[in-house]
Amino acid sequence: MPLTDSLRDDILASVPSLRAFAISLSGNGDRADDLVQETLLRAIANIDSFQPGSNLPAWLFTILRNLFRSDYRKRRREVEDAEGNYAKTLKTQPAQNAHLEFEEFRVALDKLPQDQREALILVGASGFSYEDAAAICGCAVGTIKSRVNRARSKLSALLYVDGAEDFGPDETVRAVIGGNGG
Amino acid sequence: MKEVKKQGGLNAEIQSRIGHQLRAMYDDVVRQGVPDRFAELIRKLDGPEAAAAQIDDPAKNDGRD
Repeated sequence: MPLTDSLRDDILASVPSLRAFAISLSGNGDRADDLVQETLLRAIANIDSFQPGSNLPAWLFTILRNLFRSDYRKRRREVEDAEGNYAKTLKTQPAQNAHLEFEEFRVALDKLPQDQREALILVGASGFSYEDAAAICGCAVGTIKSRVNRARSKLSALLYVDGAEDFGPDETVRAVIGGNGG
Repeated sequence: MKEVKKQGGLNAEIQSRIGHQLRAMYDDVVRQGVPDRFAELIRKLDGPEAAAAQIDDPAKNDGRD
């Protein structure tokens, strides 16, 4: 469809979530914004192939995801200060403890295989349905479901391998332990 | 008997915590809104040709030689 003003507005409205997706994938704010810019240029260059009434965010996410994957292959060997750059993109500095926990989460997320990470982000953070996520990744719905499940269990193993201890004095755990006296 | 963890319940709690952290990380970026560079970029592009001209990638397919 032609590049109407309302289509421009819709594309612009997708920019914040495109950036969040790009940063989640790449872990690097500068590179993420380059990815978003490239996505926007390609989307507009190929706007004729966008089907009016279809899911614009999903279409844009597909372009970004494909760009990231080809870019990733090219840059695989580059050493990057992913965490440092990511921290710079954050406007609000989380409190000390929260920040530490946040970094831990970020590091764990980066340890996931790329397929699992993107599936988890699309479904768990971007809010796409399994069907949309499958379309974005070019795979079957069942594949997305299993990637999301594997991502979740791997993250919980990485972050909470010791189980209850990480939760502190949690009500449920305390109740269970407390009720063990017999 | 030391094994007192309720596997199912604990797992659900961990999953909800992971979901929360994932969204917190993501929403932190979403809340930053649209950086000026992107608003300007989209505003100044007249159409597909102008966008294609800015893609500096030999793999671009803009239909021209």
